[in-house]
Parts: sequence; C-alpha cells; structure tokens
Amino acid sequence: MNATLPIAASATARASGSASSIVVEPKRHAALVRVTHWLITLAFFALLLSGSEIVLSHPRFYWGETGNVNMKPWLNLHLPSSRDTVPTGYGYVLPDQNGWSRYLHFQAAWVAVGTGLLYVIWGFFAGHFRRNLAPTRSNINEIGLSIFQHLRFARPSAEEAWSYNGLQRISYLVVIFILFPLMIWTGLAMSYGFVSAFPLSVRLLGGHQTARSLHFVVTILLVLFVVVHIVMIFVAGFRGRMRAMITGRVDIGSGSARRTAPSTSR
Amino acid sequence: MNQISRRRLITTGIAAAAGVSGVALAATLARRHGLIPPDSSGIWGAGETLTYAAQRLLTRHSLAREFSRSEISEKPFANEVAPLGDEFNRLHAANFVDWRLTVDGMAARPTTFSLAEIRTFPTNSNITMIGCEEGWSYIAEWEGVPLSYILERVGALPQVRYVVYRPIQTDWWESIDMADALHPQTLVTHRMNGSDLPVPFGGPMRLRVPRQLGYKSVKYITSLTLTDDMKKFGKGLGSASPEGGYAWYAGI
Repeated sequence: MNATLPIAASATARASGSASSIVVEPKRHAALVRVTHWLITLAFFALLLSGSEIVLSHPRFYWGETGNVNMKPWLNLHLPSSRDTVPTGYGYVLPDQNGWSRYLHFQAAWVAVGTGLLYVIWGFFAGHFRRNLAPTRSNINEIGLSIFQHLRFARPSAEEAWSYNGLQRISYLVVIFILFPLMIWTGLAMSYGFVSAFPLSVRLLGGHQTARSLHFVVTILLVLFVVVHIVMIFVAGFRGRMRAMITGRVDIGSGSARRTAPSTSR
Repeated sequence: MNQISRRRLITTGIAAAAGVSGVALAATLARRHGLIPPDSSGIWGAGETLTYAAQRLLTRHSLAREFSRSEISEKPFANEVAPLGDEFNRLHAANFVDWRLTVDGMAARPTTFSLAEIRTFPTNSNITMIGCEEGWSYIAEWEGVPLSYILERVGALPQVRYVVYRPIQTDWWESIDMADALHPQTLVTHRMNGSDLPVPFGGPMRLRVPRQLGYKSVKYITSLTLTDDMKKFGKGLGSASPEGGYAWYAGI
C-alpha cells in the first residue's frame, strides 16, 4: 500500500504541470503488467496465425451441433481452402498447414491461459483492476468527450500517459473479463475430450458448430480491438507508449513537452 | 529502492526455484501415471503434454456425448480417402467375406478373426458425433464390438499400454492408450445407422474412438497390435499422424 503513495503523489505533481525532469521515476506499468502484456501479444498472434490456417481447411461456419459440406453454412468466407473436399469456387487447393497449426494453436493457448490467469489473479490482489481499470466517476462523466476525442483521433493529453480514460478502461475490462474467457470457453467446447467430461460447456452454447462459429466471431472482435489498440498507440505517440509498456518509464522531459506543445506537424 | 529490489530478487529467485522443482516433480508424477504422450519431444512437446495430461486427468472415464435418434445427420459427410488399392477392391467385390482382423502383440492368444466371426460378437451402439480437425462434424449411430471385448478375448496382458491399429492401406497406422482402448464407447464398428457400415464411411470395419477427432477413427482396419512401448513403432511418436506433423492425441 505504502509503495503506491509516492507514485500517486508524483504522478499528480507531474500532471499539475511540473515539467522539470524528476530523478526518481515511478513506473507507468508494473513489471507484471509489462511481462504479461508481451506474452499475451506473442500468444495472441500465434493463435491468430494458426487459427486462420485451421479455418482455411474449412472456411464455412454453421449453427447447432453439426455442419459439413452437405449442409448450408450461415457464413461462407469465400476463401480458397486447403482441402479439395470443400467447394470454394477456386480452381486450386492451398497446402495443408493444419498439423503444425494445431500444435502451435494449443501450445499458444496454454501460454495465453497461463499468462491470463497470472495477470488476473495478480490484478485482483494488487488492486490493479480497482485502481487502474475500474472506470472512475470522472471517467464516466467525461465519456462523451472521450468518444468525441477518439473519433477525432486527437492526441491524448499528458495526464493520459499516466492513466487510462473511460473508453480504454471499459474496452480493456471487456477484453479481459468477457472476450478472453469466451475465447477459452468456446475453444474448449469444441474439444471432444473436454466436452465428454463437461457436456454442459457445449450444450449451453447451443452445440459444437455454434461453439466454432462463436470462437470465430469473438476472434473478429479481438482483432478489431487489437487494430484499434495499435492505431491509438500511434495516435498517442508510438515511441512513448512503447517505452512505457517495455521499460515502464514515461519520458517526462521531452515527451510531455512534445505532447503538450501545439502540434506544428499537422 | 535498493531494499525493495533486493527483496524482489530474492522472491523471484525462490519462485523460480519452486517453479523448476515443481515442473520436475510434475514430470515424474506424469510419467508414473501415463500422462506423457508418445510425441512429447520436440518444439510442440510442452503444449502437447499439457493438453494430453490435463485431458486424461479430466476424462479417463468420461463418456462422449450421446445424441437422440432425431439428431442423426440426414446427410453425413464421408471424407474422401486415397484409392484403396487392388487388394481392397478384390475383397470388396467378394462382399468382404475374406476380410480379416488380426490381433497380435502382447496377447495370451493372438488371433485372426474373420468379419463373419466379428459380426457374431456382442455389440454396443452409440449415437455420437464424429468431427474432423478441419472443423466439420456429423452425428450417426455406430454399432460394433467393444474393443475391450476383443482385448479380453485374445487375453491382453496386463502390461499393455497402447493398442496400435492399421488399415488396409499399408502407409497408415494409429494408436490409442488404454483409457480409450478399454472405453465402453470405443467400438470395432461394422454397422452405421442401422445397416452395414458403408465403404465411404470405413466399411467393412472402422475403429470408432468418439472422444477424439475423426482421424483417430481409422477406416478399413485389418490389424490390432498390443504393446507396452510406442518406441518400437515407426519413429516412436505413437502413430503415422505425428510423423506427418499432426498430434498423436486428438481429444482437442
């Protein structure tokens, strides 16, 4: 508890405009946040790549329990396939990548789940969610302004280098507590071994193919989140935000000066 | 600051040491309880072992989901197989009267059964889903002789740990552990949806392993070999699947 006080104090000092460089730098992101962030990043892209390869062996989606090329899909991606049994309309078949893709997918899933568990357990004990991610009253009051600023792709103010705004907090919480668990659930619900022990996991979703469809839909939502996340990092200043997530430091001297100075480049 | 970082260093060190010894202990326990898959080496070994061990701890006796008769797929999909060859065509032309299933390896009474004999054995049936690693699935009623019955009949030795099975195509082979081999839903299947198992679905005989993906349910099986060590087969990875880049365990 005590350790957090000086940080909060100096962050406030900083926010109130003392632009002189301070020697003792508080960390913007805790070491555990930084390490788990990059582990999840690695696992996410491994899962996305391998998952895309797996989808290419049957780029069609169905609702309910069963679905195959003799049945009508609700979604046909109209992509070429790595199997000649799938009618795609393309005159060629892609090479089969499912072997290593499946191995990589589950290995990366273990990394993602382990990292995620570590982060969530730590987050509760360290007060990370309560302190940094639960939207504050002012976050909620300013949500309209925040949306407006995001739509304008406005550069965030210097204080925002030290704290998340309302939109950020809500989207991070949705990703951590809704989309990520849904991804694990729908993934496990496709496992014939897992559902033999926990049949409700797939029955509650509405069937094996529904689980597969939802796994795909949630993937799209996560990809959208990542795209917006990366765009926002560029808007906020790529170097500064990357430095904060890698070293934990926020460069106050030049960084905030550049950020608060009227932009002449546009 | 200095004190905090020293404390952190010590805590990290203790955590790392605990982690390493924990992993070592887990590996020893896992080996003792048969939780290490044959393809546990190589870059995918860690994930593969975690998946197999976790699922075996959860699923040793669990039953694959069964469905009602009304849920049987009207249009099941028979995945294509490579040309089955002259031997298969000859047997097929004679209505499979000469089809044989040879059971050898660690058995007190290794035996070769004819299809007619197999058809006289007691059967079980289940309405279960078969799904491909590609993502598609269908539901059918499968009927056949429980593999456990055949293992008992040939006098499988107590030290048997895997059952290796081969189809008529000489370039393919698979294996399962005893949790699946002795499982009541694992059937030497010769009937599907109330009639003889059609050729496109694996007729005359297919080993159905309903808690794993379709590629473990090998069609056109002609032999079973009981063993205590997968190292003796092929490259020692458990089946032709890992040799072709696919996981040996396909419960996920």
